[in-house]
Amino acid sequence: MKPAPVHNPRGWIKVGMAIALLAGLFLSARFIMGGFPGAAMFIDRIQGGEQTRFPGYRRAHAKGVCIFGRFEASGALSALSRAPLFRQGASVPLLGRFATADGDPTAPDLRVPVRSLALAFTQPDGQQWRTAMNTPPVFPVSSPAEFYELAALMKPDPATGKPDMSKLGQFFATHPESAAMGEWQRAYRPSASFATEIYHSINAFLLVDGEGRQHPVRWQVEPIDAARADAPADGPPDFLFSELADRLQQGPIRFRLVFVVAAPGDPVDDPTRPWPASRPRIDAGTITLDRTTPQQGGACDQITYDPLVLVDGIRPSADPILQARGGAYAESYRRRAIEMLEGAQ
Amino acid sequence: MGREYYPRSARLLHWTLAVMVVSMLLLGASMVDSLGIWRAEALRWHKWTGLLVLILVMIRIANRLRFRAPDLPADLPGWQVLAARVMMIALYCAMLVMPLSGWMMQGAAGVPVVLPGGWVLPDLVEPDIRLYGLLRSVHGLVSWLFMVLIVGHVGAALRHGWVRSDGVLNSMTGRFSQGGQP
Repeated sequence: MKPAPVHNPRGWIKVGMAIALLAGLFLSARFIMGGFPGAAMFIDRIQGGEQTRFPGYRRAHAKGVCIFGRFEASGALSALSRAPLFRQGASVPLLGRFATADGDPTAPDLRVPVRSLALAFTQPDGQQWRTAMNTPPVFPVSSPAEFYELAALMKPDPATGKPDMSKLGQFFATHPESAAMGEWQRAYRPSASFATEIYHSINAFLLVDGEGRQHPVRWQVEPIDAARADAPADGPPDFLFSELADRLQQGPIRFRLVFVVAAPGDPVDDPTRPWPASRPRIDAGTITLDRTTPQQGGACDQITYDPLVLVDGIRPSADPILQARGGAYAESYRRRAIEMLEGAQ
Repeated sequence: MGREYYPRSARLLHWTLAVMVVSMLLLGASMVDSLGIWRAEALRWHKWTGLLVLILVMIRIANRLRFRAPDLPADLPGWQVLAARVMMIALYCAMLVMPLSGWMMQGAAGVPVVLPGGWVLPDLVEPDIRLYGLLRSVHGLVSWLFMVLIVGHVGAALRHGWVRSDGVLNSMTGRFSQGGQP
């Protein structure tokens, strides 16, 4: 067979159409499935523009300290979850992080209204459970698009240094699902220590038992025998972090890991709606934290506490906010990783 | 000039990997910026499929060393012969770099890769955010480069088939029952 002449316009047109189709498919993939808002848009918004003021830091909960310890299981949760870390007698290492919720790592501790505790539990089989918990038990909105809108309103106005309260008030008035969050904010009194706060999973998850049955739960970390005092109205910028260091000089701090089990009909996929206080509580075990290291260069700074990193025996719920946290944490982590590679400390 | 085909094993591996690689590139590009509820599940499948791609690529390379590829047409200009070789090497490199950088990224981020059945892949590196920054950049940039290479590869193959009709396209698209060493 003799090769056809190289000048074959019909052939060239077919080739051109085929490669245009393929290239178009590749170029549009990001947008076809992307949805609104995308992770990059969202992170731009919470960092207040395309450039961050604080390279190398987390885009939220920027000011923190690494903390180490262990979790010892009571065994009480093993009826609901098959994860080895909940079996009676299990003891696993913890890599955690206390933080204040602002995106500014220089924000004075007592001015930030939300505090957080993140924990990574590593099982002997190598699986890891990461959880990023906060002082509020609920979230103000139930979808990423609404949170995107709210994040813009929460940014301080450059003129006054504070968010525009009338616009925020208007947002909450038109979003009645934020009522539980508002109620918490009015009742909440910040304490004088990271060690005397209660930290909540906010989102619900599904525990999976040995038979494969699923049990919707939320969890919270509660202080054990720690004398609580209200936070002073004002204090040094590093008030909470110094207090933690002083306290650890006296000995380890301890928390209980408590799971709250939903009843049939409780909202599982909506982080704005709390469950009735009468729901059963299961004490899954004791968290003992005894040692901190600065976050810069520390072990907790190498990782991101993506709440979708779970062990077999815990599954995510279909809560859209929970699912969005995965993409948002990944984008924040990607950006600060590249900034650190480029020399940020 | 007799009609020459790639061996059946090579054609099977080529088309299996072609489907997997294109799916993975499309899935990766669409999930990377997503906040959607399907993202976490997509990421799990992306990791499992990536490992399978790595295994198949290694089998493919071992298989490729067993035979001599069908000759290119004798009238092909030298620069096109060279381009074909460079393209082939670049495609093999991209097929290796994508799953390896993906696996190493998980180690650098300290995230265990859990396979179905609860098996945990060994970490290739220790958790290190700067290394993650490097690997994540490589994974992203090579994915775009890979897409460009695939468009070029498909364009060149179709030009052989639809413009020159010289049998080069047919050596890989030939029916499974047709010719070639095993």
